[in-house]
Amino acid sequence: MSGRIGTPGIVATGVRKSFDDHLVLDDVSLTVEEGAIFALLGPNGAGKTTIVRILSTLIEAESGTMSIAGHDVATEPDRVRAVIGVTGQFSAVDNLLTGTENLQLMADLRHLGRDAGRRRVVDLLEQFDLTDAADKLLSAYSGGMRRRLDLAMTLVGEPRVIFLDEPTTGLDPRSRLTMWEIIRGLAAAGVTILLTTQNLDEADQLADRIAVLDHGRIVAEGTPAELKRRIPGGHVRLHFTEPDALASAARVLHVSAPDDDEFVLQVPDDGTVDSLRVLLDDLHRGGIAVDRVSIHTPDLDDVFLAVTGGTVAREVGATRHRPGRTAEGATVG
Amino acid sequence: MSTLAYTIGDSRVMLRRNLKHQLRYPSMTLMLIGMPIVLLALFVYVFGGQLGAGLGVHEGRSAYLDYVVPGLMLVTVAAAVQGTSIMVAMDMTGGIIDRFRTMAIARASVLIGHVLGSLLQTLGALGALIGVAFALGFRSAGKPLGWLAAIGMLVLFAFALIWLAVALGLAARSVETASNTPMILFLLVFLSSGFVRTDTMPVGLRQFAEYQPFSPIVDSVRGLLTDAPVGSHALIAVAWSVGIAVASYFWAIRLYNQRRAVTPT
Repeated sequence: MSGRIGTPGIVATGVRKSFDDHLVLDDVSLTVEEGAIFALLGPNGAGKTTIVRILSTLIEAESGTMSIAGHDVATEPDRVRAVIGVTGQFSAVDNLLTGTENLQLMADLRHLGRDAGRRRVVDLLEQFDLTDAADKLLSAYSGGMRRRLDLAMTLVGEPRVIFLDEPTTGLDPRSRLTMWEIIRGLAAAGVTILLTTQNLDEADQLADRIAVLDHGRIVAEGTPAELKRRIPGGHVRLHFTEPDALASAARVLHVSAPDDDEFVLQVPDDGTVDSLRVLLDDLHRGGIAVDRVSIHTPDLDDVFLAVTGGTVAREVGATRHRPGRTAEGATVG
Repeated sequence: MSTLAYTIGDSRVMLRRNLKHQLRYPSMTLMLIGMPIVLLALFVYVFGGQLGAGLGVHEGRSAYLDYVVPGLMLVTVAAAVQGTSIMVAMDMTGGIIDRFRTMAIARASVLIGHVLGSLLQTLGALGALIGVAFALGFRSAGKPLGWLAAIGMLVLFAFALIWLAVALGLAARSVETASNTPMILFLLVFLSSGFVRTDTMPVGLRQFAEYQPFSPIVDSVRGLLTDAPVGSHALIAVAWSVGIAVASYFWAIRLYNQRRAVTPT
């Protein structure tokens, strides 16, 4: 399982892919250094899973060149498969087997040999805190346990490059933290990791570099710090009880009012006390009654607004009402 | 290790997985093995008195038992391959197949594991059926060589239908579809010489029954087990089996290699 020393873990150049005339990936290029964590950040439908499927030899790209640990994806797929591990978005575990049997299956298929395979299985069960559930069928596993087993199965062959497609989606906060710890540990051990996420916080927490993927194009790339500098700094949401107040507020604050029924106005704001005071003063002078105000710290939506110049603002807005990190403010009159 | 050694090794792993699945899904396994036995009892004890009266030379319930056993052997094969189709579709619609595809393993081993596992299951089910048939009074005039030839013919036919079921399982979009499509095979056993003589059927149906693959196979097996001449039936039966096996094999491999992401993004 040797790759060439000094070659980046993953290199992709000019990758294009379409499904039935629909362009899913448009000239995507990325480089992940050996032992680094690279996060692909984007909403559903951005093409995150497609790039993972292409890089992990599941589907072919239309054009572009890719290599994993120095092996060309198009011409040496089996060499690539020997060094990678993939944990997809949908659990790739065998439901009719126990935890041990699932891991043993991987050990057998990786040709680890009887004793080495058994040792690896026992070690991974221990490492992923699954020893107690080792001999239970997967139907008795919780979501977090399945995800841990899924990743453990990926690691049986000690892959040098790992693809994690939304590894924490659907996990409870504690399981998510556990998963983060595991991912950090892998990178510390020199494994190259490409992960996809819809969650800015997750990318921020884990990644050395982040690429923002939107409609199949990389619209921004950099370290978390570099990207955050490009985010204007969140917004406040003003909640009104009737449409006239909403319209007046939009006029006073020079923002466009949304045409939905929620009577909520979103105003760019960094959430500091000074800027809030100015904002509320403006509303007060206009004699506008605000029901509630909430402060919204930057999330994926804001990254998008910042890096796409607002062209996808409306579409992104459609996903806004998921629970974000919102601090409820006091009622203002 | 050579490519062949890897293929054999990986296929063995997949076969073990398939056999474990059969044990972990006992409701299906028992249903596939038990149903032909229930049908045997039904046909012999409920319908057998009347159906046996129309057999010609040897008549009666016990004569009908001897007559119908080869038909139920094919029911057993048809039922077992329904399990194949379901198991293949379960694999293909789940996430595990993508994991296998991203590993450096012999690609064919996934299908080979299913085929060999199903073949063993079919043999087990045939053994159970034959055992019960003997317990109920089935008597065979067949010689050991005849039995061997009959079993060989059933195995070959099972092999062909298993590949067909693998292809149907691969073609199915859901496990439900995969469990329904092989039902047609089941129906074909009834529309053959498996349960009644084809010369008792109306003309159109009779022609269909005589020219579809199940009849020559039933007739050959029946001939071999009663030590009667089988004539050209055996040759036609083997030709059908080989033809179905080859066509299904290529269809299955094509579907297997063509499979693409169901969800594009």
